[in-house]
Amino acid sequence: MEQKKLLEVKNLKKHFKVGRNKIVKAVDDVSFDIYEGETFGLVGESGSGKSTTGRTIIRLYDATDGQVLFNGENVHGKKSKQELLKFNRNMQMIFQDPSSSLNPRMTVLDIIAEGLDTHHLVKDKAERKARVEELLEVVGLNKSHANRFPHEFSGGQRQRIGIARALAVEPSFIIADEPISALDVSIQAQVVNLLKKLQKDRGLTYLFIAHDLSMVKYISDRIGIMYLGHLVEVADSDEIFNNPLHPYTKSLLSAIPLPDPEYERTRKRISYDPTVHDTSEEPKLREIGPRHWVRCTSKELEQYKIELDK
Amino acid sequence: MSKLLEVKDLRVSFNTYNGEVQAVRGVNFELNKGETLAIVGESGSGKSVTTSALMGLLPKPQAMIKTGEILFEGQDIVKKSNKEMQKIRGKDISMVFQDPMSSLNPTMKVGNQIMEGLIKHQHMNRTDAKKKALELLDQVGIPHPDVRLHQYPHQFSGGMRQRVVIAIALACNPKILIADEPTTALDVTIQAQILELMKEIQRESDSAIVFITHDLGVVANVADRVAVMYAGKIIETGTVDDIFYNAKHPYTWGLLGSMPTPDSDDEELFAIPGSPPDMSNPPKGDAFAPRNKFALEIDTVMEPPMFKVSDTHYAATWLLHEDAPKIEPPDSVKKRMQGFARTRGDK
Repeated sequence: MEQKKLLEVKNLKKHFKVGRNKIVKAVDDVSFDIYEGETFGLVGESGSGKSTTGRTIIRLYDATDGQVLFNGENVHGKKSKQELLKFNRNMQMIFQDPSSSLNPRMTVLDIIAEGLDTHHLVKDKAERKARVEELLEVVGLNKSHANRFPHEFSGGQRQRIGIARALAVEPSFIIADEPISALDVSIQAQVVNLLKKLQKDRGLTYLFIAHDLSMVKYISDRIGIMYLGHLVEVADSDEIFNNPLHPYTKSLLSAIPLPDPEYERTRKRISYDPTVHDTSEEPKLREIGPRHWVRCTSKELEQYKIELDK
Repeated sequence: MSKLLEVKDLRVSFNTYNGEVQAVRGVNFELNKGETLAIVGESGSGKSVTTSALMGLLPKPQAMIKTGEILFEGQDIVKKSNKEMQKIRGKDISMVFQDPMSSLNPTMKVGNQIMEGLIKHQHMNRTDAKKKALELLDQVGIPHPDVRLHQYPHQFSGGMRQRVVIAIALACNPKILIADEPTTALDVTIQAQILELMKEIQRESDSAIVFITHDLGVVANVADRVAVMYAGKIIETGTVDDIFYNAKHPYTWGLLGSMPTPDSDDEELFAIPGSPPDMSNPPKGDAFAPRNKFALEIDTVMEPPMFKVSDTHYAATWLLHEDAPKIEPPDSVKKRMQGFARTRGDK
């Protein structure tokens, strides 16, 4: 099946200057594609550069180097106001902390309608209000909530407001940066169910950034694992769980505790030792099987292939 | 098994501008030597308030213990003065907090922070205390303890900082270690290391651990017994196998169902609808009833007592009453309770 590439990230780099001579390579040479209608999960420890990748894609940061193509058009570089508006309408973001990403002095109505105003999507006040009320209902809140302020809501409800705000301009692509990490377990399931339902109803494409692998596995079609600014493995989510090849992926998978005492009694943790890698050449992301990419050298590629055949 | 701690009908309320908030509403549990009890619940369920009461750390005068006894080796902690508590705290009962960043003193060298308790409680001199501190840092797996001893908390990474906090908590060989979400702020790989460390230390020192968390994966890993809290009460308690393979309370079902398993990709998660009740005005009857799709009529009128499932397993739900209709947990939860298919890489 030929799928359309909605987003292409090519050799993306984001380096931050720290102090006079130090550079932190938060994202270093990351490439991946996201197909239309799928959910791409980006996983890694804190400091692995997963959030920076998401934020660079949506232009919250300027890329140091590399390209991001959205619908075939370059996202970065100089743009006219019209071009920017058009781009912003297609790509939206949901943030991790729903309490700090909503303006405490604006009502929910104004928060959600801000995008509508910017893009001139509504003609008059009545239509604006009707649109917001409709969005509130889509995300499972009440019409009457429109005139309240963010502090009157619980964490899960605030995250729903964040989702309604992202949906307001009818984007085709949403970046969700740890949207459930700050929520309670029972509320997490509510928000994830909502995101999945919206995707089905509206044909949305997601970039889902998180560190909770089991949740990412549940929501994603494909998963990319990041480690220290590099993408070390990309594959379909079942493939990652069934045949992890990169030693870091293995160690990450072996570290997640599952809610199953029997399994936990026998679980063996594998620790990651970066010195096992072959250093004869610079590693790069290579395709090892259909849709399965691993960052390795050519020597390691042969090893992994033997491992995969077993 | 010897009983180390017994909590009887503990009720804690906070006085606020909105009136009285009943954070803990009649909690009973006991803790035996050498075991790990996990307390699970959402934020606001009263799990942290319960443990603050154990440590005598409730903020005064807002918080008051309305009724209840906390018997530690037969003595009631509730009645102890602050001065008496200071002798227990850090010596017999010590605590590991969630955020290692804010539970260490940033202006004090790590070594001094570990030695503080040793000098105060065990009346060691500085040389002996220093020797012990070095041992402790080594025990919690911090490399180069002699160098690290003279460093400040900001020179440590998050996982290392949490190790220091654990070293401080362990300094006086406490009988009870209370760990309040000790790994929530850490990455999974670091979390796994810290959990292994805590289990190893427990094996060596035979201390009891009260482990507070909302991550059921972590519970399955560390706990011997589990207490599930909701709206200030323990609604189900049992051994870890009772809770994970034979849960009886719909709230526990909801918690289990809201975690995805490696092979549950297509089905919708069994989410608990709504949000936790407002504890300044707790609902009549069963507090969970408004969110419970299995709620019976009686749930809105009368609070369910603890029903006995087995010698180790109790649950507070009317569904266990002999007149109640037989209700099976939802399929997705049943599947989880039958054990998880292992679709991991390390088959």
